[in-house]
Amino acid sequence: MLRFIFKRFLQTIPVLFIIATLTFFLMKMTKGGPFDTEKATTPEIKKQLEAHYGLNKPVWEQYIDYIGKLIQGDLGPSFKYAGWNVTELIAGAFPVSLELGCYALAVALAIGMISGFIAALRPNSVTDYLPMSLATIGICLPTFVMGPLLILTFGIALGWFNSSGWFFLSDRVLPALTLGGYYSAYISRIARTGMIEVLSQDFIRTARAKGATEWRVVFKHALKGAMQPVVTLTAPVTAHMVTGSFVVEKIFDIPGLGRFFVTAAFNRDLTLVVGLVLFYAALIVMLNLIADVVLVWLNPRLRFE
Amino acid sequence: MPVPIATSTALPVEEIEQGASLWKDAVRRFARNQMAVLGLSFVLLLAIAALAAPLFAQPYDKQNLSYGAKAPSSEHWMGTDVLGRDLLSRVLYGSRISLAVGICATFVSLTIGVFYGAISGYLGGKPDVVMMRIVDILYALPFTVFVILLMVIFGRNIILLFMAIGAVEWLTVARIVRGQVLSLRRQEFIEAAIALGLRKRAIILRHLVPNVLGITIIYATLTVPSVMLLEAVLSFLGFGVQPPMSSLGVLIDEGARNIEEFPWLLTFPGLFFSLTLFSLNFLGDGLRDALDPKAAKD
Repeated sequence: MLRFIFKRFLQTIPVLFIIATLTFFLMKMTKGGPFDTEKATTPEIKKQLEAHYGLNKPVWEQYIDYIGKLIQGDLGPSFKYAGWNVTELIAGAFPVSLELGCYALAVALAIGMISGFIAALRPNSVTDYLPMSLATIGICLPTFVMGPLLILTFGIALGWFNSSGWFFLSDRVLPALTLGGYYSAYISRIARTGMIEVLSQDFIRTARAKGATEWRVVFKHALKGAMQPVVTLTAPVTAHMVTGSFVVEKIFDIPGLGRFFVTAAFNRDLTLVVGLVLFYAALIVMLNLIADVVLVWLNPRLRFE
Repeated sequence: MPVPIATSTALPVEEIEQGASLWKDAVRRFARNQMAVLGLSFVLLLAIAALAAPLFAQPYDKQNLSYGAKAPSSEHWMGTDVLGRDLLSRVLYGSRISLAVGICATFVSLTIGVFYGAISGYLGGKPDVVMMRIVDILYALPFTVFVILLMVIFGRNIILLFMAIGAVEWLTVARIVRGQVLSLRRQEFIEAAIALGLRKRAIILRHLVPNVLGITIIYATLTVPSVMLLEAVLSFLGFGVQPPMSSLGVLIDEGARNIEEFPWLLTFPGLFFSLTLFSLNFLGDGLRDALDPKAAKD
């Protein structure tokens, strides 16, 4: 198991390196530089700035400098947030996004799995059709429609929550529901299919024949197997949530990584953009690794493959 | 499992005349699926209305600042936006862009996906392992981040938007086509083609690609909504279609910003967007059941 984790870990290093290279050179191809502002800067000041950040060197030299620092874990200084290091900026904003992500994932998994499993217990009955129709509607209501609608209902009309900001615990409710609710629809469909498949297998019939209660059959025997497709889906869902959080952070005005990325891309803040792309990629590669480990734990047969 | 087109000729002639062909059978199955037919009708209606908008709708960019944002009335069925522009025509023109992005980007992604998958599946062995490993790695990356990067670097141009979205949505198609090709490759008509001395290129283009078209059509209808969603996300964040042009994503963004005072600016575009996604999903499901009856749901 440890060897498997180690091997996968080694595999991610070249991937991240390629991403770093690709993003670096892509950003170098942009026409405008980070110091082209609406206010005219004098050519001397611009030159000074470029010299300060090493932008006057040839591109390949800048690249080697960047990669050299990257290996030491230094993502370089931000071009727009003067005096700030990219690593510091990420470290400051990530907890906010992480918190939002955790709540959203909890919402998605809780609603998705419970409704999916309930639907699977009695296929083609009311308890199947009702949650599944809701899931289909949910998939067609993207976050940027759902979020403002929730604000309109619970923020403005009913006044239960603040419509934007990230100060109190209650400010977490609407963003988490928006982000998590959307993915719960996907998860509930997968959970339903997984549970139906497991329940039709021989060992479930055996368990029933031996007189196990329905409760025991579902929780003790079927659950572990039915979780597998959900876990497989969790990694890509989390990756998508990163994107989803761009939207949700914009709607609810949350000071997380997503807002930083969008502004950095607009500002052509090269180091911050490359740093964030790398950070996202590393994060997602890690999540995939965790999902794989959990999958092997759920299904020991995979260990031999 | 697909029904290979090449094997159907083995049936005796009388049976072919009486039995339904693959396509006739598919049409019949599709027509029985009410939700799918409803979805198809909505998408077609929207497409026709969007295309014909210049003929009957008010101009989408005519401002009327003194008029401002007004609630829906008999004159403006969906009301007007902050600049006094008719929302109905903006929604129709916006749907035009959204549908165009959906169709063009899907086309780009399918072309890449089908050929990548067909080549990988047909070559097999080491090249297949390497090509699929690349897909696995790409799958794990946050692609919207890259699309945003591309839009920033090459300017916000709509053709580029098609390309950028298409370039990131081909992965699933490539996987599915590869799986299909792997099973097709072992069938007799491919063996016959090899025995006849056809080159690899000809086998892939003439025999393999046509046989995976059925499944490609199904995934095309399922890719269109996800592409439209991506375009809407980009436009919502300000990286997509630029004003005065509008797409449904741009309109939803404008609506979300004015939600407190003028909620109809969000509800109408949002409703249209959701209905379109809803219809396309049902249409895709219906096509899958019709063309590929054995495919499992989900």
